[in-house]
Amino acid sequence: MKVTFPHMGNLYICVKGMLEYLGIEVTMPPKTSKRTLTLGSKYGPEFACMPLKLNLGNFIEASELGAETIMMAGGCGPCRFGYYAQVEHSILQDLGYDYDIVVLEPPDKSITELTSRVRQITGKKSWWKVIQSIRYGYLKSRAVDTVELLSFKTRPRELLTGETDRALNQALKEIDRAQTVEELKLAEARGSEMMQDVAVDSNRRVIKIALIGEIFTLLEPFANLNIERHLGRLGVEVDRSIYLSEWINDHLFMGLLKGIRSTKEYCRNASPYLNHFVGGHGLETVGSVPVYAKQGYDGVIQLFPFTCMPEIVAESLLPKVSAAYNIPLMTLITDEHTGEAGMITRLEAFVDLLERKQYQNYQGARSQELEVRMS
Amino acid sequence: MTTKVGIPRALLYYYYYPMWKDFFQTLGCEVVVSDKTNKSILSDGSKNCVDEACLPVKLAFGHVINLANKNVDYIFIPRLVSMAKQEYICPKFLGFPDMVKHNVENLPEIIDTTINMRLKTSEISNAYKQVGRKFTGNRFKIWQAYRKGQKSVQRLNELLLSGYMPEEAFAVMYGKEKDKLSSGGDINIAIICHPYIIHDSYISMNLIGRLEKMGANVVTADNLPEELVRQQATKLPKRLFWTLGQRMVGAGYTFVNDNNVDGVINLAAFACGPDSMTSELIDRTTKKTRKAPLLNLTLDEHTGEAGIVTRLEAFIDMVRWKKSKQLPGVALVN
Repeated sequence: MKVTFPHMGNLYICVKGMLEYLGIEVTMPPKTSKRTLTLGSKYGPEFACMPLKLNLGNFIEASELGAETIMMAGGCGPCRFGYYAQVEHSILQDLGYDYDIVVLEPPDKSITELTSRVRQITGKKSWWKVIQSIRYGYLKSRAVDTVELLSFKTRPRELLTGETDRALNQALKEIDRAQTVEELKLAEARGSEMMQDVAVDSNRRVIKIALIGEIFTLLEPFANLNIERHLGRLGVEVDRSIYLSEWINDHLFMGLLKGIRSTKEYCRNASPYLNHFVGGHGLETVGSVPVYAKQGYDGVIQLFPFTCMPEIVAESLLPKVSAAYNIPLMTLITDEHTGEAGMITRLEAFVDLLERKQYQNYQGARSQELEVRMS
Repeated sequence: MTTKVGIPRALLYYYYYPMWKDFFQTLGCEVVVSDKTNKSILSDGSKNCVDEACLPVKLAFGHVINLANKNVDYIFIPRLVSMAKQEYICPKFLGFPDMVKHNVENLPEIIDTTINMRLKTSEISNAYKQVGRKFTGNRFKIWQAYRKGQKSVQRLNELLLSGYMPEEAFAVMYGKEKDKLSSGGDINIAIICHPYIIHDSYISMNLIGRLEKMGANVVTADNLPEELVRQQATKLPKRLFWTLGQRMVGAGYTFVNDNNVDGVINLAAFACGPDSMTSELIDRTTKKTRKAPLLNLTLDEHTGEAGIVTRLEAFIDMVRWKKSKQLPGVALVN
C-alpha cells in the first residue's frame, strides 16, 4: 500500500516522517507546480477554492508515481474543506484513477469510526506505536518551524541575497532526512546553526509585517506566490499567524502542551468586530490584527484563496479593525493566475508606505523630544 | 406609536417570513418588509459589501439599506448558525450580522440574536424568548407569539408542498384568495436553487416566469418535503453539513430520477461556497444514471438577460425534442 497526501508547504516533512516511523510506504506527489494547478483547475469544480484544485492536481501527479491510497484530513463544516475529500474522490473516480481514500476527521457517531480509519492506514501496529509516531511527526513540525522562524529574522538582514533560502533548504533537508528522535534533535540543532551562520547586518532597520489569513495559502509557497521570500528581500521581517506545530497543538492535542503560542488568544481579541465562529480561520484572522498591533508590527497582510467563505467575512471586517488599531492592512487574494510580478509591485508599494509611516513616526518622536529638551 | 421591525426580503426570509411576521405582530410591533429587489437595491448592496462576497449576501446588504431608509426602529437579522442538529448554514450567514454592522452606516438597532440548533434543537425557543424580551416583559405573550409563529411556518410548509412558490404562499396566508395553480404546460421543469435567488424575480431574471411562458410547469426544491430531501441526501458518501446544501442535493437526486420531470435546471450563485460543491456532486454522481437532462446555470451581478434566455430556450427545445422521441429512461449527455 503506497500512501500519499496533499502538499501544504512543509507539511510533507512531518506527515511523511510520521508514516515512515510506522513503516508505511509513502509516495509523495512532486512539489506543487504550475502543472499541478493546470490539472486541478481543468478537472476541479469551476468556482471551488484553490486548495481543492491543488489537492486534486497533487493526487493526479502522485498517481503517476504509483500512489494507491490517499490520506486526507476532513472536518465537519461549515468551511468547504470538510467536504474536499468526497468531491475529490468522486472526480478522481470519474477520471479513472483507482484510489482508496482514508479521511481522518472528527467522527460523526462514535470514536470507532475514526479508529477504524486510522487502522486502515496503520494496519496492525500497536496504538502505542501510533501515538509515538504522532509525537514524532509533531517534533518534526517543531523543528521545521524553528528553522523557518529563524529564516524570517535573517532574510531581511542578509548581506548576500539568497543566502537565507539556501541555508533554509539545507536545514529542511536535514530535518526531512532524520530517521529517529535522536537524529531529529541533532538535525534541528544543525539546522538552527546553519541559519545562524548566515551573514547578516544586525543593525539594519526592518519593517515588520504579519501575514494572516487562510491556513493553506499561508503555508503553501506556491499558493501565496512566495510572499515570505519577496517580503524578506524587500527588507521585511514577517511573522505568520499560523504555524503548523501550533496548529497541531491547538487542534489535535487540544492545547495540551503549554507554553506554546495558541490561536485562542486571537479568538479572544476578535470581539466586538466578529462575535461568532465562522468556520476555517475567519475568527482568528480578525482577532490577530489587534494582537499584532499591540506587538508593534508595522502592517498586516491578509491572504486567502478566491471565494474562501470564512476569510471573506473576515475581509469585510478587517478595515474597521485596522483603523481602530492604526495598523495598515492589505488584502491579497490568490487564484489560478500566477503573475508574480503584479503581486511584487503591490508589495513594494505597501512596504514603501509603511517605511514612510515609520519614518514619520520617528521624526515625530524626535521633534517631540527636542521640544521637551528646549523647554 | 407602534415599534417598527424591519425584515429584509433576502436570505432566510423565504423560509421564515410568516414565523417572524406573526411573532412580531403578536408582540404588538409593526412589521416592515424591504421592497422587492430593484436596480438600486442591488447596486447599494454591491457598493457596501466587500467585492468577494456572494450574490445573495450582496443582495441582503441592499435590502438592509433599503430598510434603514424606511425609518424602522429595529432590523431583524438573526445570526442563524444552525437550523438542524450537527449542521450549519454557511460561514457568511454566521458572519452576516457583523458584516452589516461594520460596513453600513446610520443603521437602526440590529437584532442579531444567535439561533444555534447545532447541539440542541430546543435552543430555538430560547432565541425567540431573548428577542421577545426586547419588546415585552410578559413571558406568556412571548410564548404565545412564538407558538403562533410556529403555526404559520407549518402552514407555509403545507402550501409549499401543495405547489405554491413562497411569495404566492405568503399572499395566500395573508388574505389573498387561493390562486389556482397553473398546470397547463406540456413539460415539467424542476429547478434546484436556493429560494433567495430563484424566488427573487429580479436577480433570477424572472426565470420561473420565463419558463411558464415557454409552456413549462415549474417545481422548485422548496416544493419537496423535508424528509424526502434528507433521505435522498443520505446517498452521499458523507453527511453534508450544510442544511441548505442538503436540500439542493436531496432535491437534485429526487428530480433527476423522477419520471414526471422532463428537465432539471441547477441554478447556482457565483461565489456561493456550498453551491460550488453541491453542483459538482449532483452533476457528477448522477451523470450515468439520471433520467432527466440537467442544465447548470451560474448567476452573478451581471444583468445580461439575453445570454440566459438563449440557454434556456436551447434547453427547453432539447427537452421537448427528447420528449417527442418518447424514449423514456435514455439519458442525454448535457
